[in-house]
Amino acid sequence: MKIFVRALLGASALSLVSFAASATDITVATVNNGDMIRMQGLMDDFYAKHPDIKVNWVTLEENALRQQVTTDIATGGGQFDVLTIGTYEVPIWAKQGWLVSLDNLPASYDINDLLPPIRAGLSYDGKLYASPFYGESSFVNYRTDLAEKAGVTIPEKPTWDDIKTAAAAMNDPDNGVYGICLRGKPGWGENTAFITTMANSYGARWFDMEWHPQFNTPEWKATLDDYLELLTKYGPPGASANGYNENLTLSLQGKCGIRIDATVSASSLLDPKQSEFADKVAFALAPDKGLGKRANWLWAWSLAIPKSSQKQDAAKTFIDWATNKDYLALVASKEGWANVPPGTRKSLYENPEYAKLPFARLTLESINSADPDHPTVQPVPYTGVQFVAIPEFQGIGTSVGQEFSAALAGQETADEALANAQKLTDEEMKAAGYY
Amino acid sequence: MATQASRSAARYMISPSVIMLFIWMAVPLGMVLYYSFRRYRLLNPERAGWVGWGNYSNFVFSGDFGGALVNTLILVLGVLIITVVLGILIAILIDQPLWGQGPVRILVISPFFIMPPVSALVWKNMFFNPTNGLFAALFDWLGFQPYDFLGQSPLTSIIMIVAWEWLPFATLILLTSLQSLDRDQLEAAEMDGAAPLARFWYIMLPHMSRAITVVILIQTIFLLGIFGEILVTTSGGPGTASTTLPFLIFKKALLDFDVGAAAAGGVIAVILANIVAIFLMKAIGKNLD
Amino acid sequence: MARAATPARKTVNTIAAWVVALIIFFPIFWTVMTSFKPEPVAVAFPPVWFDFPWSFENYQTVIQLRGYGQFFWNSVVIAFGSTILGMIIAIPAAWAMAFVHGPRTKDLLMWMLSTKMMPAAGVLVPIYLIGKALGLMDTRFLLTIVLMLMNLPIIVWMLYTYFREIPGEILEAARMDGASLANEIIYVLTPMAVPGIASTLLLNVIMAWNESFWTLNLTAFQAAPLTKFIAGFSSPQGLFYAKLSAASVMAFLPILILGWFSQKQLVRGLTFGAVK
Repeated sequence: MKIFVRALLGASALSLVSFAASATDITVATVNNGDMIRMQGLMDDFYAKHPDIKVNWVTLEENALRQQVTTDIATGGGQFDVLTIGTYEVPIWAKQGWLVSLDNLPASYDINDLLPPIRAGLSYDGKLYASPFYGESSFVNYRTDLAEKAGVTIPEKPTWDDIKTAAAAMNDPDNGVYGICLRGKPGWGENTAFITTMANSYGARWFDMEWHPQFNTPEWKATLDDYLELLTKYGPPGASANGYNENLTLSLQGKCGIRIDATVSASSLLDPKQSEFADKVAFALAPDKGLGKRANWLWAWSLAIPKSSQKQDAAKTFIDWATNKDYLALVASKEGWANVPPGTRKSLYENPEYAKLPFARLTLESINSADPDHPTVQPVPYTGVQFVAIPEFQGIGTSVGQEFSAALAGQETADEALANAQKLTDEEMKAAGYY
Repeated sequence: MATQASRSAARYMISPSVIMLFIWMAVPLGMVLYYSFRRYRLLNPERAGWVGWGNYSNFVFSGDFGGALVNTLILVLGVLIITVVLGILIAILIDQPLWGQGPVRILVISPFFIMPPVSALVWKNMFFNPTNGLFAALFDWLGFQPYDFLGQSPLTSIIMIVAWEWLPFATLILLTSLQSLDRDQLEAAEMDGAAPLARFWYIMLPHMSRAITVVILIQTIFLLGIFGEILVTTSGGPGTASTTLPFLIFKKALLDFDVGAAAAGGVIAVILANIVAIFLMKAIGKNLD
Repeated sequence: MARAATPARKTVNTIAAWVVALIIFFPIFWTVMTSFKPEPVAVAFPPVWFDFPWSFENYQTVIQLRGYGQFFWNSVVIAFGSTILGMIIAIPAAWAMAFVHGPRTKDLLMWMLSTKMMPAAGVLVPIYLIGKALGLMDTRFLLTIVLMLMNLPIIVWMLYTYFREIPGEILEAARMDGASLANEIIYVLTPMAVPGIASTLLLNVIMAWNESFWTLNLTAFQAAPLTKFIAGFSSPQGLFYAKLSAASVMAFLPILILGWFSQKQLVRGLTFGAVK
């Protein structure tokens, strides 16, 4: 027994020694988007600068990531040292005290270089709680050759009527080309996000100032009617299952005349390796309805450190590397300016090389015009453009998205979908104790 | 035969399994029961407290519950019917003399080795997709409009996927059972002029009854818990057209992060599943003796 | 084969059986094919069958991006570990149930099976909290235990049906010869039950390998098995069918090959001993 204990002690002492000598391991949970995956290919640079830190990647699809990361942080699981989260989570989690504030990053990080709307979206009580890896808004992309053939022009600042006219003219299902591709897949980050921005431009809002849902208003009815008309008349088959990725795939294949979606997909669309229509793509701002609000959202995939992490210093070092200006320059030198993570820093858009890209100016304009505090014409009690920054929204947004996708699949009418959305949101808000 | 000594020995031998399973069942169940009476939202921990039967009544009286119950039954029964019927037919076919029986059997059992999320992803993206899936290509080739499987008949499409996953299991059990059938008996029946259908009905089917029971019992246990395939393909939609009870609980737990509601749903599901199990044992349990 | 089959009939049977088998196998075949295509070809419409530049590029990309060895090894350890541990616990229990038939044996079996009825998502948070309290998150140990407990009822049940097939007289004879209980199990019972034990083992390894709720939710990096590997490929941005296919093939190929080589044993396992 004694020998055994001694052996055990010896072994653990040995492992302590080897632990001290070896690198600090940090576990980074991330989403499997192109920009994140590109970063994993550039880690040599990080290891050259920080040989004492080793990064373990947990790369997951967006929904799986959100489930696991949320469960972990809410139970204090401490499995991760760096989390990839969005503008929806940051203020809510910061309020709960689950995140480490990032206001003492080194001066070279240059916090004032961050785009103001993005920085505001990732701050709580004036402190930055997550560092943006890339930011996005939404805008229109369309095939110039089809527009020309159909004899329509899409102005740089289109209205919804322009879009409808153009989609109708470009629609040619017999040749596998559909007028317009919009998100239809249920989910608060999928169809609900898109339809919410559309509703914003139509003057609708999620809640009035007393937190009562507003789906019974004529603005919502007009929004949903037009959305359904666009997709059922000029959309691809199976639109109710198409999310961001499905529509991007369709666009890369040249099957969408018009698509309104994330600005971040522009570099993929212009990449001839991914699409043979790369030289026939043009962009425009998200449409409006003449009410002064365009249907563009605001989102940033960002890196944050949970309070439960035991290795916060190493995590901070990593976040600084992954999101400062040097990283943007690194990507530009290795993969070209088009592949630099967009939408986070003013300096990027001041760079003349980057400004040459056909989507740069419109991306910046879209991001800067998104206002999370005043998403729509009417006053609202919440912040968030394409979401409502309350914990209950994930559930409600997904259930409402299901109703909309059911209407799109033809299982219920727009009126039924709106009535159901009103009812379920009302019930949930009541159960959550808002009124 | 059993002596006093062997009885007590038996108790010692069974007890590790029983104790471990009991802990495995009782501790989480106890916690789930506790949570099911509390308001416990992962993202809103400060708003916790006792809510009595609130979680239960919200779960049961929410618009989704009834539909989810029906969908669960359709899913389980649909898959059972398809796998048992096709399983019998394929087993009879493979049991016939033919060239390459070994390779054929290998091909038929292969889907059983595929992880459920992988098969759901493959079916969704490469077969059901109405713009670039294989079914769309087939329809196009035949001159039809592409059909939006997951949008128009979500539950049927999911049943297809799950049935594909479980067909090998059913086929194999039934095949093995069939191979143990006394050939002389079949031949005698054939000599007596019994039609193939009669031979099937009066000789093969009764012989396979025990195997069919095993298939139904095991598959029911697994099918009652299915939600991964739904999550990957339709997320329960469009609307709630393919939301089943396990998926509803999953949604409460990992989309709404409402632990209390998920716990109440879990308790309800356990009760319902046990009712089904008792019913099943009453109906077909005697086949197992 | 007692029945005489005419060549014509055998030909018809052969064709029919192969057609059915190929249809059932087709999705797997197509996945493998897709994994060798360049991404744009993988989504081409109408589909391209054989005429494309075959390459292992997708496999290289996937391995480069995510690695493979650690996921694979974790899957092996968890699947075999949980099954073997389960067998060690289940064999005595199944023996006792089979040979010391009590009035409640069947109820006990049913109760064991009923522990599988709890919806996994409903108990996730409790299990998560327990795992965290014990400091076992993201360890292969925790997953091994959880999967062992999940499959234990099936293991006990399968072994029980095998053991029941073994005539009790043999055991009594051994007992007459003065064999102790342990010897009886090790030297008499186990050899007779080897086929059954082998098939139980196989079936449960497959089920543990393919389990994709707990393996996904209770691991981060250190213990992450192949199911987690797949979850990183399910819908990234841009074209992904070919890479998803390559990752899928890498996840299912090991277990598929194991299944093919051991299918004779497995068949016996699936029959649960006493289907005949």
